[in-house]
Amino acid sequence: MGKQTTLYPEHVQLNAKIVDFAGWDMPLNYGSQLEEHHKVRSDAGMFDVSHMTVVDLLGPGARDYLRHLLANDVDKMQTAGKAMYSCMLNEDGGVVDDLIVYFMDVNHYRVVLNAGTHDKDLAWMNQQTNGFSVGLHERHEMAIIAVQGPNARDKANRVFTPEQQAAVADMKPFSAVESDGLFIARTGYTGEDGYEIIVHNDKVIALWQALLNEGVAPCGLGARDTLRLEAGMNLYGSDMDDSTSPLSSGLGWTITWEPQDRLFIGRAALELQKQRGVDRRFVGLVLEDRGVLRAHQKVIVEGIGEGEITSGGFSPTLECSIALARVPKGIGEHCTVEVRGKQLRARVVKPPFVRNGKKVFE
Amino acid sequence: MSEVPSELKYSKSHEWVRLEDDGSVTIGITEHAQELLGDMVFVELPDLETDVNSGDECGVVESVKAASDIYAPVSGFVVAINEELSDAPEIVNSDPYGGGWIFRLKLRDDAEMSELLDADAYEEHIAD
Repeated sequence: MGKQTTLYPEHVQLNAKIVDFAGWDMPLNYGSQLEEHHKVRSDAGMFDVSHMTVVDLLGPGARDYLRHLLANDVDKMQTAGKAMYSCMLNEDGGVVDDLIVYFMDVNHYRVVLNAGTHDKDLAWMNQQTNGFSVGLHERHEMAIIAVQGPNARDKANRVFTPEQQAAVADMKPFSAVESDGLFIARTGYTGEDGYEIIVHNDKVIALWQALLNEGVAPCGLGARDTLRLEAGMNLYGSDMDDSTSPLSSGLGWTITWEPQDRLFIGRAALELQKQRGVDRRFVGLVLEDRGVLRAHQKVIVEGIGEGEITSGGFSPTLECSIALARVPKGIGEHCTVEVRGKQLRARVVKPPFVRNGKKVFE
Repeated sequence: MSEVPSELKYSKSHEWVRLEDDGSVTIGITEHAQELLGDMVFVELPDLETDVNSGDECGVVESVKAASDIYAPVSGFVVAINEELSDAPEIVNSDPYGGGWIFRLKLRDDAEMSELLDADAYEEHIAD
């Protein structure tokens, strides 16, 4: 038996198929993964993501610490409540983890990290505190529910207190607010509007049940993966890891180069890579033949070389197979993928594939 | 608990086999197998009018989760394939023993049928 979130008994009661995910017993689906996927694209679904790591960074040195630790620059967040996506790199420019950081106030930032990298992340982050007046406080007592979909905010708003409703009334995407015991962020991992709500373990079951009563569909990790893939969002450990550069993982946009004197960890290595030229590109693939693209399948670019699918699957929204792949830089509009011994034709596109329920590539 | 119809025979690799009146056999995957795999998104059918040997990989079912080979539970000649699954692979989930059949073989050797598991033995197999 693995670790269990506070919501585990709720999942069991809802007949979830439970699987191990990074040492946690998590719901894979509650029946049909496809139905859960469509529910998020068309209405509202919710995910228990309490296995993810919440760390509060407290102290007057928190800002400087994060400007050293992260490849994106927390100084881009000028007002309290802003959120930002960033990679945390090692000295070689490899990705230790990807995360969201929230700016609460000058003495308080909050980061949410992947579950699978928990021990490594904490060790790394603690190792980097030297010289900074900052304390790392992991919030084990907190649970997280992601409520996602075109109707997600409306439905969630109905279970909020009047104070919380007022607090979220004018909230912009990629921002967060703390109100009446809830930390409510307008962020997510599905390509839909919605909230990620951080709540004390004591209150999470009541919140989950209230959302269920509003008709928010419980969704498992299976749907979470197909939704994020359609949204063109990277999955740590599949699309990038300690040995891959953000520059060959489609994450160049998350690196803030200016000001040049911000010497974040990994900067020197990335600058060298840029100087030498990055010969890999990170692209989206849409399978034109019948079949299913999967991680680790070989991508063949005629006359140029080979690449690899980093994550792939069936897109329930597009009803065809899609993938993210690391490929040779000179790739054109089409390529071949080796799928179970067959050479299938795929189109090369720029992710994302789906946003707000609709196909977005040409 | 998955349904395991008593009139069918089974392979350890989770195919079911039904002996038809004309002596051919219809083959699909069991309810237990489709449950393990989850929602089907693609079925690659065996080639029509080819010979297959017992144990051969002769098709693929792919779910949202993974691809899984279909093995020929007995040897024979492929006389029919369920084309409907090309556009509606989900029938394998909703009706694994009926509309979700995958292919039909003309048996090469009737004796191979006795090597398959009966319902009780298959239930025991999936209980392990």
